[in-house]
Amino acid sequence: MKQVYSVPKSLRPVSTHYCPGCTHGIIHKLVAETIDELGVRDRAIGVASVGCSVFSYDYFDCDFQQAAHGRAPAVATGIRRTVPDAVVFTYQGDGDLASIGTAEIVHAAMRSENITVVFVNNAIYGMTGGQMAPTTMVGQRTTTSPEGRIKGLAGEPIRVSEMLATIPGATYVARVSTTSPAHIAKAKRAIKKAFEVQLAGGGFSLVECLSTCPTNWGMSPVEAMEWVDKNMIPYYPLGEFRTPEGGQTNG
Amino acid sequence: MKKVVVNEAKCKGCGVCVNFCPKSALAMADRINSKGYHPAELANEAACISCGICGRVCPDAVIEVFKP
Repeated sequence: MKQVYSVPKSLRPVSTHYCPGCTHGIIHKLVAETIDELGVRDRAIGVASVGCSVFSYDYFDCDFQQAAHGRAPAVATGIRRTVPDAVVFTYQGDGDLASIGTAEIVHAAMRSENITVVFVNNAIYGMTGGQMAPTTMVGQRTTTSPEGRIKGLAGEPIRVSEMLATIPGATYVARVSTTSPAHIAKAKRAIKKAFEVQLAGGGFSLVECLSTCPTNWGMSPVEAMEWVDKNMIPYYPLGEFRTPEGGQTNG
Repeated sequence: MKKVVVNEAKCKGCGVCVNFCPKSALAMADRINSKGYHPAELANEAACISCGICGRVCPDAVIEVFKP
């Protein structure tokens, strides 16, 4: 029998701590497949964030460093400049990158650091128990917005990809989803392109992955995926916001 | 060997593979694994077209797909 789909070799064969149906696992696989296909496992160095994805250092079978909350792009900058041959990527959630780590991500993009950022946006603080995040949708109920996020009080969710796309140093910026086989295929292409930009010395690349949090959203995994399609994609449009060629495919 | 091989001990029974199977060949098993979840299984081998979608959407990397 010919093998049609196999588990990527850059993932360790361990059980993750993620909740059933959490799309972190899908994004882990896409990053690991990319590392496999580009043949860079020996020189890949990941930087883990704080949040649910903190244990990614136990799940990827490549070198990893844990950063302080939000500081993964700064740590990745240090690795980039001291280990020139390394393929450096960060794996950050929205509580990490879009809240406490906003300064680090903006300035890493400003400097066009030759790193790849995998940004997982699930519109909530997952690990700490489902509090409102900067990316939480208006009207979305969380433990700290029990009546739903109120626009006049907490503002509107931050669109990180659009914000970073205004920065000349951000070479590749794309937003993808992980909520259907077609979306997952497109997400894989975007993540691979981001790594290829880095391998070509092109500078800063970021892929924002719309993700689910079935546990804290109070939904089944499949319902959560449908919720992303219905509620998040209209506000967080998918596509490429900056490419090395200068084209855009969003909107 | 089955077309869809599920690592049952690691499966968390999320049901994403069952939802996206275009031929409805997968189902959640009645048995319970050591984690306390009902694992996914290939319930209808004849219907399976070895498209690989279940493997690609599985968040826990427990599914491998083979084609005869």
